[in-house]
Amino acid sequence: MRLQNNIQLDNNKVAKGGYALDIKLSKRGNALIAKFYGELDDHTVEYARQKIENEMIKPAVKNIILDFSNLTFMDSSGIGMIMGRYKKMEKISGKVAIACSNPQIIRLLNISGISSVIPLHPDINSAVKTLRGE
Amino acid sequence: MKPINEMTLIFPSKSSNESLARVVAAAFASQLDPTVEELAEVKTAVSEAVTNSIIHGYENKIGEITMHCKLYSDSIEIAVTDKGKGIENVELARQPLYTSKPEMERSGMGFTVMEAFMDKVEVITEVGKGTTVVLFKTFKFLAG
Ligand SMILES: Nc1ncnc2c1ncn2[C@@H]1O[C@H](COP(=O)(O)OP(=O)(O)OP(=O)(O)O)[C@@H](O)[C@H]1O
Ligand SMILES: [Mg+2]
Repeated sequence: MRLQNNIQLDNNKVAKGGYALDIKLSKRGNALIAKFYGELDDHTVEYARQKIENEMIKPAVKNIILDFSNLTFMDSSGIGMIMGRYKKMEKISGKVAIACSNPQIIRLLNISGISSVIPLHPDINSAVKTLRGE
Repeated sequence: MKPINEMTLIFPSKSSNESLARVVAAAFASQLDPTVEELAEVKTAVSEAVTNSIIHGYENKIGEITMHCKLYSDSIEIAVTDKGKGIENVELARQPLYTSKPEMERSGMGFTVMEAFMDKVEVITEVGKGTTVVLFKTFKFLAG
């Protein structure tokens, strides 16, 4: 779900004005990596939910890494989405990890208790290593 | 105490206006030269209040939302008002993890986030008439 006045997002750039969310998916081993660009709120959360859901039901996916390194905003709509994905992964004994360095978002993850069930990492490499058990 | 500046934003309860409301509130607050962190807190709290009006107050029907901002020498007061369904039990609604819409994957953390990021949160509501959430914040650096 993107805005009608679609803001072009080129490869690694956040939309100017931050009105949109873009998610790029990739794989590293059996981990699905979802890189978030832009803002995660009630308006964009459904796009995030669907984009990740379609991919995480594939049998090759064992774990998920949510990469918030390029996320500029998140509110409680994001908390609900993360918890929803976490519960689904738990059912198939999969793990979830979060990469995030934005202080506002880290505070939100702490207040909501997410950081006590899902490990937070400063960057994606640290998340990948931990999931591999290195 | 008289505000040094005031402004009102009125918009329909469309989710695309959530980012508009928080960006406008932050731009207005920046007249006081708050920290980046304080601005992020204001943005998040406004986003919570406006989102609640949209998904709970109007339950995704289109209604009018008013955001009234008052600026004082070192603080801001932001009132977000809807004419939606109102809140039956405010005490329950404000509790962490309470949500009336768990099936929509809501976490029930909106009020908790507003309280954590602002100094004070007031809720004025009447069932069938609507809800006003007033957010108060003093900018610490300016307050000395
Ligand atoms: N403007 C409103 N009008 C009617 N009911 C409201 C309003 N704001 C909040 N509520 C009620 O208060 C409850 C708690 O709100 P809160 O923002 O804390 O959680 P949530 O919106 O359900 O979930 P989250 O914010 O984590 O996505 C809501 O589930 C809803 O029942
Ligand atoms: Mg809410």
